[in-house]
Amino acid sequence: MESVLGRYRNLIILVGVLFLQVLGLAVQVKRGNDSENTRLIRIWAVDAITPFERGLVSLQEGVSGIWHNYVYLRGVRAENRDLEKQIEQMRLQEVRLSEDAAQARRLQSLLSFKEQVVAKTVAAQVIGSSGSDLSRAVYIDKGSDQGLAPDMAVITANGIVGKILRVYPSTSLVLLINDQSSGVGVILEKSRLQGGLRGTANGQVILEHIMSDEDVKPGETVLTSGGDRIFPKGLPVGTVSQVKNGKETFLDIRVKPYADLSRLEEVLVVTQKQDRQAVADEGQHTRAADILAQRLPSVPDAPPATPISSVPASAVSNTAPVQPKTAAGTQTTPGSTLQPKSATGTPAATQPVTGTPSVKTTTPPSAAGTPPHVTDANSPPAVKPGQKPTTKQGIPAAAPAKGQAGRVAQNSSIQPKPASPPQTSNETH
Amino acid sequence: MPITYTSGEQIEVYRFSIPVTIGVPLLAIFLQAFLPRHFPFFSIFDLPLLVTIFFAMARRNPIAGLLTGAAIGLFQDCLGGYPIGVYGIAKTVVGYGASSLGSRLDVENTGARFLITFGFYLVHSAVYFAVARGMVNLTLTWSWSRGLVAGLANAALGIFLYFVLDKFKQRT
Repeated sequence: MESVLGRYRNLIILVGVLFLQVLGLAVQVKRGNDSENTRLIRIWAVDAITPFERGLVSLQEGVSGIWHNYVYLRGVRAENRDLEKQIEQMRLQEVRLSEDAAQARRLQSLLSFKEQVVAKTVAAQVIGSSGSDLSRAVYIDKGSDQGLAPDMAVITANGIVGKILRVYPSTSLVLLINDQSSGVGVILEKSRLQGGLRGTANGQVILEHIMSDEDVKPGETVLTSGGDRIFPKGLPVGTVSQVKNGKETFLDIRVKPYADLSRLEEVLVVTQKQDRQAVADEGQHTRAADILAQRLPSVPDAPPATPISSVPASAVSNTAPVQPKTAAGTQTTPGSTLQPKSATGTPAATQPVTGTPSVKTTTPPSAAGTPPHVTDANSPPAVKPGQKPTTKQGIPAAAPAKGQAGRVAQNSSIQPKPASPPQTSNETH
Repeated sequence: MPITYTSGEQIEVYRFSIPVTIGVPLLAIFLQAFLPRHFPFFSIFDLPLLVTIFFAMARRNPIAGLLTGAAIGLFQDCLGGYPIGVYGIAKTVVGYGASSLGSRLDVENTGARFLITFGFYLVHSAVYFAVARGMVNLTLTWSWSRGLVAGLANAALGIFLYFVLDKFKQRT
């Protein structure tokens, strides 16, 4: 007997070690993946690794910050000019979108829709991965101390990233959407077909449960459907990159995520979602043209006490503000310099108000007395790069009047569109 | 001291200092968790597996090999999202197999190391998939192309890694 045990000692120990592990695995599977039995050992393992990861990330950021903020500053001025132009264009676009959003809210209100919005997020930094190619997950530097909990959605400005799988005091494990065990309820933007998203062994993302007789084309946008109760509806996911006939009766659809899952750095964790009734804005309706009037450059008021006869005629013709009119033809803000007109050039008073009014703006004359010129609202305003446009009261156009800014922000807080990042209130801990 | 022979050559058994025994596996796990964040292609490598194979082949002791594999695999499981034990079982088998093979063959040769690493990578993947699908009920799909490419990549990296780790060997 002893000789048999001695001869097969190695094999017996191997079987014993394997048996213990299989037993432990079976207990975990039996009690569910969310079992707290292994929490302590996982915390020890994570605490042994993450401090070094945090240290290296901090060191890397420090070196990178020194390089980018002090050494590598070539082309910053040119880039700044380009960005300022881009900001002006985006402001104009925002005005138009806010009108669309207000209209959508009115329609939703009529239908008594409930919309789910991202109410609160926590910014976090990715500090490491799970250390396995077969389990696609990353660690972030925020945990239960910052209010994080399992099954919270993790997103970036570009699109969704995954969900929180496990939470530790100062770190969390995020299961990415390209992991094979992940699942996200999604909807195709144009065809409104619903399916499930999951990862493959190669780290790709596929869309399942779409029947083969459906018409799905590459390039179509994929959004969250909200059916998984983790991601709010309407968050951008990615685009359809490839469509093939798959096994059985379903299509084999590959999706290219908007978020670069292999190069994640900063993410947002959705810590609070909010179900709210869509409410139409019943207050004073502000037209896009009026908002534009507040934002675009104007001419300062002429001194009121000065008699018109004492001012040179050339000065009067150059500085007299053009009075804007509302859709009803009444005068709006005194001194505003805009004259809204329809696309055909007829006065706005005779045209119905639409979400995208064509606005002709008159820019003020320059200090050198050059004549004013007319620009279209669809093109960037004639503001010199680096020059801050001001309103009549001298307020920089970048910081519009409080009431107006608040209205735009309120209008923009509707369900985010795929083209723009979700409107969230970030809490950085 | 058991000395085994193969092809008439005497096979030496090595040991390692405690800092190397503990530090190298920990460093491998740390790098495996940290580097793919900056170099996504690095996720194809499995440094903890290479370290397991190296220690098992150098020590040529099946018990030490399987225990080393189990410890490294379980630690790796703790960092992953799946139940603990999937990697543990796979690396236990690899540790036992590599040390058993190391006690019978000359594993100092570069070609032999390449083939052994490639073979054990496939064994590791097969055991992992079997356990993950059979016990944990994960919906994993086997990809031969990915497995072969990853196996070759790990075998190539293993040659350089073993060359570095050879410096820490101590003769018994």
